[in-house]
Amino acid sequence: MKIIGLIIALSTGVLLICATGDFPRWADPASPASTHLSPHFIEKTMEETSVPNIVTAVLADYRGYDTMYETAVIFTAGLACFILLRIFVKEEPGDRLYRHLLTGVTVRVKEGTKLPPSEDFERIDATWTPPDLIIKTICRFLIPFIQLFALYVIAHGHHSPGGGFQGGVILGASIILLAISQDLRTSVRRMREKLDAVLCAVGVIIYAGTGALCLLLGLNFLDYSALASVLHCDPVTARSHGILIVEIGVGIAVMCTMIWIYNNVSSIGKYDEGL
Amino acid sequence: MIWQLDLAILTLVVIAGIAAITVKDLLGAAILFGAYSFMMCLLWSIMGAVDVSFTEASVGAGVSTVFFVAAVFRTTRRTRD
Repeated sequence: MKIIGLIIALSTGVLLICATGDFPRWADPASPASTHLSPHFIEKTMEETSVPNIVTAVLADYRGYDTMYETAVIFTAGLACFILLRIFVKEEPGDRLYRHLLTGVTVRVKEGTKLPPSEDFERIDATWTPPDLIIKTICRFLIPFIQLFALYVIAHGHHSPGGGFQGGVILGASIILLAISQDLRTSVRRMREKLDAVLCAVGVIIYAGTGALCLLLGLNFLDYSALASVLHCDPVTARSHGILIVEIGVGIAVMCTMIWIYNNVSSIGKYDEGL
Repeated sequence: MIWQLDLAILTLVVIAGIAAITVKDLLGAAILFGAYSFMMCLLWSIMGAVDVSFTEASVGAGVSTVFFVAAVFRTTRRTRD
């Protein structure tokens, strides 16, 4: 069975490498892509959308449909992780452990009794180990700057490499860093599960809603120049602003999906302490 | 484009790719996959596709390595084949 697999894999590889011979040469000026599409994008992007970064303009404006469904795919990936992994177990019987945040004293609460509601106690697992002081402090210093950089990447996607996907991933990674450096409960307290799931869908809705708004205003789906009457500016600037709105939607959706997937994978859907 | 640099990175990509599928330790495979992604990211930026390279660095080398490591910690560290 292994040999058959090897033969199939090798022959597919050889066929694919042979097929690349039919491609136009790299950066060939006579290839169809270079003769028809690229000149239009290179010459007209600035006057049609006033976005200097052509990649962003193609991604969010000319090929807006593709990006919308990419966002939907990412949302579906998060949803699939949630449906496959999340288990809603009733509280396991037995004693619970709480830790007093100010003194570090651990309190064992007998089954059936409850602590008085207080902000000073945090729920911990039996295997809890204190996070390393150096790692915890460095990450606390680092996370705000990572988030600021992510916002810059989203907002500056018009002029430099970057955009909703990259910025969203970096934003999500900052929350994941919090979960790794301390524990999952700390990060879930900052980013509740319900909020996370709702924002995930909100991001996709912002994207699709912008497209639908263009449709309502009488132009094609995702033709942002229709937003000119809403934003009180000329159609070219409206396309630039439309791209920004869409990128923000993508950023929110991607950020929340990354956090959602990490939370479910690292705690096998139990939302306890994580790694 | 410096062809020596290009060749060196391409060789490292191939080595990291083959090592990632042959190594028995799954945690090691996850790290090798991260290295593979970083080399791909360098290749993209050599070819001038800075946006793709940025995405590869953040998604491929960053977050997906974390997902792999989390999955390895929650399942098993050694493969049976």
